[in-house]
Amino acid sequence: MEKPVTRDPGFYVMVAIGLAVMFIAPVMLDLFTIMQITQYVVLSVFALSLGYIWGFGGILSFGQAAFFGLGAYTFAVASINMGSTTIPMVLAFIIPTIFGAALGYFMFYGRLSDVYLGVVTLVVALIFWKLINHTAGPEYAIGEARLGGFNGIPSIPTLHIPGDPGAWLDPGQMFQVFMGFLIVVYVALRFLIASDFGRVSVGIRENETRASLLGYDVRKQKVIVFAIGGGIAGVAGAMWATYQAFIDPNSVSMEMSAKALVWVMAGGVGTLVGPIIGCILLQWLTLQLGTVDVVNSIAVLGAIMMVLVLALPKGIVPTTQSLLLGGYILWKRNHGSAMPGKAVKE
Amino acid sequence: MDYTLVIALEMVRAVAWLVLLASGLAIIFGMMRIINFAHGEFLMLGGYTVVISTGNGVNEWFAMLVLAPLVVGIFGVLVERLVIQRLYGRILDSLLATWGLSMLMIGGVTMIFGNSVTGVATPLGGMSIGDYQVPRYNFVLIFAAIFLLLAIWAVLKFTKAGLIARATMQNPDMSEALGIPTRWVYMATFGIGSAVTGFAGALLAPMTGVVPTMGVNFIAQSFITVITGGASVITGTLSAAGLLGSISQGMTFLTGPVYGDAALLLAALVLLRLLPQGITGRIFKKSL
Repeated sequence: MEKPVTRDPGFYVMVAIGLAVMFIAPVMLDLFTIMQITQYVVLSVFALSLGYIWGFGGILSFGQAAFFGLGAYTFAVASINMGSTTIPMVLAFIIPTIFGAALGYFMFYGRLSDVYLGVVTLVVALIFWKLINHTAGPEYAIGEARLGGFNGIPSIPTLHIPGDPGAWLDPGQMFQVFMGFLIVVYVALRFLIASDFGRVSVGIRENETRASLLGYDVRKQKVIVFAIGGGIAGVAGAMWATYQAFIDPNSVSMEMSAKALVWVMAGGVGTLVGPIIGCILLQWLTLQLGTVDVVNSIAVLGAIMMVLVLALPKGIVPTTQSLLLGGYILWKRNHGSAMPGKAVKE
Repeated sequence: MDYTLVIALEMVRAVAWLVLLASGLAIIFGMMRIINFAHGEFLMLGGYTVVISTGNGVNEWFAMLVLAPLVVGIFGVLVERLVIQRLYGRILDSLLATWGLSMLMIGGVTMIFGNSVTGVATPLGGMSIGDYQVPRYNFVLIFAAIFLLLAIWAVLKFTKAGLIARATMQNPDMSEALGIPTRWVYMATFGIGSAVTGFAGALLAPMTGVVPTMGVNFIAQSFITVITGGASVITGTLSAAGLLGSISQGMTFLTGPVYGDAALLLAALVLLRLLPQGITGRIFKKSL
């Protein structure tokens, strides 16, 4: 992370891969596969939101699904009422961001950390889940949209071209738009992390006391990071809502929060590629297991989570990186040219 | 008059309910600063112990008061040996691991017993206060909560084990230096906390029925009670349960059970904003 983003070849490789997938996949693959892949794209954005606040802000949120669900419900209610999807998409970013800032104010200005932070975020998501589950009656409606309780909200409009509510996107176009979202979020986060603001966040993650002694306002910094993460999760939720054309309280459930955590853990905390890879791998695995009836998918998710904590605490990407680096150093050493110490530094 | 009495009784029951839910968690948190995320599933395990053993002809009270704590306590010791002890000093990792355990337990129990609610008959039936009917079982809950707190207090205050526990709680390094095997203390603590949780789960089973996912309904209340209470097991749990229990029960009377939970959370958030280390946080010797 010491190089500027623009001089990191990895950054260009990632963006190039993203763009290639965005343009080539709809041509190469059939419609069903495209629709399947779209969900990985949506969930990757969700994974990025947690990957950012955990890996680069040191905030471990156990209730990231609260923002995901809030974004999804905001989008659903707004788009059903407006008949358009452009402004609802913007709202799905703004409202979770504001909610994140408000919740963040309570937590970080109260100087909650570690266990306390985890429990409070988790409980917020749980209360959301309970509240939404109890809105089944017809009296719970916002405008035209009935919240539907545990039945969820059906027939959420498909994304359309801004300004023209008749021009719905077909699944291929929707995939491309979502891929575009993912790339934009990735690039924006890379630049944010490399900016002064991002460096201060990382500094706080490393040593909170030192950062505050150096004069940085730790609380404000954390509130902003948390709010940004909330906004991104909200957008992911909105994408999820329009992709499925349906949303129910499961989007706020503990399982959803846990999934995000497992993706980030598996991929690697402190990277942005990691959460995406973790999300794709594990979501694919869950889908495969879903076809087998004997094994319960929640049990498998739980088992993976425990094994990751106990056996692979750093995650796939950092572990692979250090393995590759170690191999490279060994190779260099065997081929005569001594490596100076700087290669060891990550 | 009768109505006031009934409401007062409901309030006390709500507080007792929170005390029962949170005590086991508070014991573990006070000693090890770990929140057991599988707490709800430990409750569930206690409930299932009662269902299965009464189904096999065991006396209901024996199953509730002896079997459930025993089974869940042993399970807790196993979990501590296999998972938690590898993660001392890595608080967040231990939370993640216990969360994984929670999902593993939900999935596992669903695979074995299926995803349906099994009811347990509420013992003792009802009684009337004036025109109102109240279940006698409410008094069992209240007495169980009082008994539990008294028992924890007595053990901590008057026994050798309690002395060792308090010493370890206050300064683990110094206790270790004085020859106390802190790792065994932690193991015992986790086991006892689990046993208390199993006891609570068994007592709750007749009121809620038993289902693999039942834990989710209780963890919000229990976590918030423990966190708001802070590290001191008895005063923390009692003060937080008293405050939050009456707030949420009051809201429930006014607007219905859904907003009761929301009010509980809101009250806890404001409280934590003012007292970040919980109500008993001021006597914290160390920060987390």
